[in-house]
Amino acid sequence: MSVMEGRTTSALLYLDGVHVSFDGFHAINNLSLTLEPGEMRAVIGPNGAGKTTMMDIITGKTKPDEGTVLFDGITDLTRLDETRIAELGIGRKFQKPTVFESQTIEDNLLLALNVDHRVKGTLFWRGNKAEAERIGRVLETIRLTDARSRLAGSLSHGQKQWLEIGMLLAQDPKLLLVDEPVAGMTDVETHQTAELLKEINKEKTVMVVEHDMTFVRELGVKVTCLHEGTVLAEGTIDQVSSNERVIEVYLGR
Amino acid sequence: MSANFLDRLRAVLLAILLTTAFAVPALAGPFEDAVAKFANDDFSDTDEAIGAVAASGNPLAFPIISALQEGRLSADPETKKVFVTGADGKIIDAATGAAVDKLPDNAAAVRLNNRLRRAVEAAVGSLTLLSPDPAKRIAAAQSVFKSHEESALPVIDGALAKETNKAVKAAFAEARAAILLYKPDATEVEKLEAVAIVKAKGDQEAMALLTGLSNDVPPNVARAAASAIASIQSNLATWSMVQNAWYGLSLGSVLLLAAIGLAITFGVMGVINMAHGEMVMLGAYTTFVVQEVIRTSYPGLFDYSLLIAVPLAFLVAGAVGVLIERGIIRFLYGRPLETLLATWGLSLVLQQAVRTMFGPTNREVGNPSWMSGAFELGQITITYNRLWILCFTLAVFVILLAMLRYTALGLEMRAVTQNRRMAASMGIATSRVDALTFGLGSGIAGIAGVALSQIDNVSPNLGQSYIIDSFMVVVFGGVGNLWGTLVGAFTLGIANKFLEPVAGAVLGKIAILVLIILFIQKRPRGLFALKGRAVEA
Amino acid sequence: MTPHVLTRSLDRSASIFILVVAGLGVLIPLSNLLLPAGSALQVPTYLVALFGKYACYAILALSIDLIWGYCGILSLGHGAFFALGGYAMGMYLMRQIGSRGVYGNPILPDFMVFLNYPSLPWYWYGFDMFWFAALMVLLVPGLLAFCFGWLAFRSRVTGVYLSIITQAMTYALLLAFFRNDFGFGGNNGLTDFKDILGFNVQADGTRAALFALSCLALILTFLICRAVVTSKLGKVLIAIRDAESRTRFLGYRVESYKLFVFTLSACMAGVAGALYVPQVGIINPSEFAPGNSIEAVIWVAVGGRGTLVGAALGAVVVNYAKTFFTSGPLAPYWLFMLGALFILVTLLLPKGIVGTFSAWRESRKATEKANAESAAREDGVGEPNPAE
Repeated sequence: MSVMEGRTTSALLYLDGVHVSFDGFHAINNLSLTLEPGEMRAVIGPNGAGKTTMMDIITGKTKPDEGTVLFDGITDLTRLDETRIAELGIGRKFQKPTVFESQTIEDNLLLALNVDHRVKGTLFWRGNKAEAERIGRVLETIRLTDARSRLAGSLSHGQKQWLEIGMLLAQDPKLLLVDEPVAGMTDVETHQTAELLKEINKEKTVMVVEHDMTFVRELGVKVTCLHEGTVLAEGTIDQVSSNERVIEVYLGR
Repeated sequence: MSANFLDRLRAVLLAILLTTAFAVPALAGPFEDAVAKFANDDFSDTDEAIGAVAASGNPLAFPIISALQEGRLSADPETKKVFVTGADGKIIDAATGAAVDKLPDNAAAVRLNNRLRRAVEAAVGSLTLLSPDPAKRIAAAQSVFKSHEESALPVIDGALAKETNKAVKAAFAEARAAILLYKPDATEVEKLEAVAIVKAKGDQEAMALLTGLSNDVPPNVARAAASAIASIQSNLATWSMVQNAWYGLSLGSVLLLAAIGLAITFGVMGVINMAHGEMVMLGAYTTFVVQEVIRTSYPGLFDYSLLIAVPLAFLVAGAVGVLIERGIIRFLYGRPLETLLATWGLSLVLQQAVRTMFGPTNREVGNPSWMSGAFELGQITITYNRLWILCFTLAVFVILLAMLRYTALGLEMRAVTQNRRMAASMGIATSRVDALTFGLGSGIAGIAGVALSQIDNVSPNLGQSYIIDSFMVVVFGGVGNLWGTLVGAFTLGIANKFLEPVAGAVLGKIAILVLIILFIQKRPRGLFALKGRAVEA
Repeated sequence: MTPHVLTRSLDRSASIFILVVAGLGVLIPLSNLLLPAGSALQVPTYLVALFGKYACYAILALSIDLIWGYCGILSLGHGAFFALGGYAMGMYLMRQIGSRGVYGNPILPDFMVFLNYPSLPWYWYGFDMFWFAALMVLLVPGLLAFCFGWLAFRSRVTGVYLSIITQAMTYALLLAFFRNDFGFGGNNGLTDFKDILGFNVQADGTRAALFALSCLALILTFLICRAVVTSKLGKVLIAIRDAESRTRFLGYRVESYKLFVFTLSACMAGVAGALYVPQVGIINPSEFAPGNSIEAVIWVAVGGRGTLVGAALGAVVVNYAKTFFTSGPLAPYWLFMLGALFILVTLLLPKGIVGTFSAWRESRKATEKANAESAAREDGVGEPNPAE
């Protein structure tokens, strides 16, 4: 683990001058962004703006060509792998809901719990009351208590989204990266999800990537608009959506 | 080459010479006089006769001298007539060449002593040096180069002056240099020049000649010889590198041919076809069938058999490929490991089917005339079949590359390789592309079979011996880029051939496998992997 | 390992499996030894050896199922671990021959005398002791799997790439063991064994004991696999199989899990090989042939991967079919049938015999339950998702 000397920023997540290119295509271009502890941030942007690639960089899936990515002001994330970053307390929900389909909902959450993740620990693991209670609470939160012993693969798309958010909760990270949480959800579900995220934000720092503007508006948080791998505008939803460059990018000229 | 063959050659030569001799009216002249001296049974007369006959330029000179060498020259001391008994037992009059029924009773073999024997050898050498056949003159010069017999010097000098053929002239010059190097009374300048010439020859023999040089040569010469040896050594080392590189290229071309179809199907469909080797085998058997038909019905077309077999093999293997895709693989998309197993099963079935139809033993597939033989390039030998296969492979590669770049199917294939879902949503019929891709990949494997039938045994197991190597090429070269396959194939081929002399064939191969396993540590997706989100998804 | 880990959640099919194997492991040797030859119930010795072979194959199948069925690692080179275990046992058996070999050399095995070895190669030291050989049976395949897996899993070689590389591994070993100067008998391998732990390997009693031991080993392997897959580690393995990168983002070190289970599996394969060799009387390089490893994978597929009972059952069923067909007039068609088996099982029976059966039973149970409750919930009870 690499720890930089001294704390240089108060931000929980600090990206500065990040570049990534794939075979000459600049996916991320001089991206700089900070997220304060306890903040919730919505990230919007058209397809190919680099939103998912940014999450890949934060979670260690993609290594940037240059730039600084700091967690908690001291930890250089570019030198760590996914597992280590997850252990530090960064949880991620994928764009396409990814749950363990051939296992029960309960087992999905059990796997997500931030307990001993080493081989020895899991081989000799025995369930305990504290863990069961935590799982029970998460099940309540994501409203899947009744379905707890069903296989995750049998859930509807929206339920899978919620299960994945539930797995994030069980993981109990400091920072949640949530990629398109309401894709494929009904209006009611979208509303419920917004409420859920706001609830989560009371304790944790959250970054949400979303296309759905009503949803973003409902969250009512600071918005960052990405375009061609760089920050185009930042501010409240009204500021950003009235920004001429943003309009140009979204609506075409 | 057997001594028997040389004897026969000599007999034939004799016969030719005799026919020409008959055309010349027999006149008594200096040649006849010289021949008559053999009958004197006097060593110094015989010596003179050898010199005179050898220098005469008479077509009978060679038969006479060689007969003398082998004890087949006899003379009648009374009539002073001299006879040559041919290797085939026919007897002629040595002076005229006229046929004689039998030797006179008192004819006796012309005797030689050691001094004369050397003279005879030199005479034989110099006579061949004057042979009308340039190849023979070169051979004679080379033998003089090896023996560096001082007595051949005058003849070489004379021949060199008259010679017009460039290659022969060079050979003469080398022979002369060899003699001068070993001639005790040659000047230092002559010797230094000689060293330079021998150095320029630069082969194993030149090196043997220089290393055999005694210590009492002038120091300058010794020094020049030492540096020449060093330069020849490095020259030979270079050639052996060139040789390894050639073998490597040849192996690489075979690997490329076998792997390229696999790379296409793997790249586009993410599917490993374990029956790919059997497509190669089908191509080879197609060649066999084509040749059988030609042998029995149209023997004149044999040289064209491969040209006919290439499109046929492409069609046969390609059609089988499309059938496999439609019948099996398309039901297994998204389950690459199952595809692996199903196609393995298919390979067992195909092998056994061919075994049942054509028998388990090797089948004979012939080389057309334009693919047999070899030529020399510098210090190495290049066989035509390997050269053709290399050219053929590159041609297939270029055609395929052009096809991918300029045809609609190629465009669709590249699109599907890069992002299947996106391609599908753009209206590309991915299932049609898959079937055609699989057909194309299999068809190329079939073509590979035609080429491999020229250098390998055509048996039901043909494909098996290439499959693991082809996989290694694909794994090493990376997916989705034909250049990766090209570089992978030639790198592996050359690495294999350079390791072989050091580690032996088997250990070399093991080393390559281990190296690849280590290599994919660094680049798990091969040399030329696609990057980006789409591939990892 | 604590007892509860071994016995935890022994469901009905697992209990039946253990009882059947244990029963056969006791009854077959007894019938062979105690009943008079020719009696209808007497199992002839050649069948005891054959069944012993099947038991070893079943262990190999379990080891493959553990990594493929539960963790998605398709090894096409597991035959290599099997053969290495076999060679370790073979080396012990060779050293036991002592001076009874053709050349009568007390130290050197016959092939070494024949190939003019001046002395015993260092890697043959210690194999005259059974405990050492037994240790090597576990250690050599385990170590190879550990090194190989460490390299492969750390750099995230997965899917077909991994399969191909494992195939290359066993191919490389095949080439190496064919060499005479490699010191393992080259082409001919190791054979002409005389005795094991002082008992004649040919004797009926020894064969019966070996069979019983193989059954015991099969039960132990089954219990260990069962303990692994029913633990939380088993859930992690399935998670890795179904969504590897998701598992990683949850903070699991995927490569450690794969390495653990791959090494464990290789050790099991080694044990299977070690029990196999004294029963068939020979070990040679052809055991390393890539085809053998792939064939072993199809046993698992036929029986049902992801079900331990299925893997063992598949090994026995396919090998019984092989014995039956290759010894009869249908022998030339065996490869057709084996090939067709590969194709048909992957196409039509992806869950294998046991997997399909239990899916069928579960769906019937579910329908009954749904009928009984009649108040069906929105989606009904979902089908168990087929393993990817």
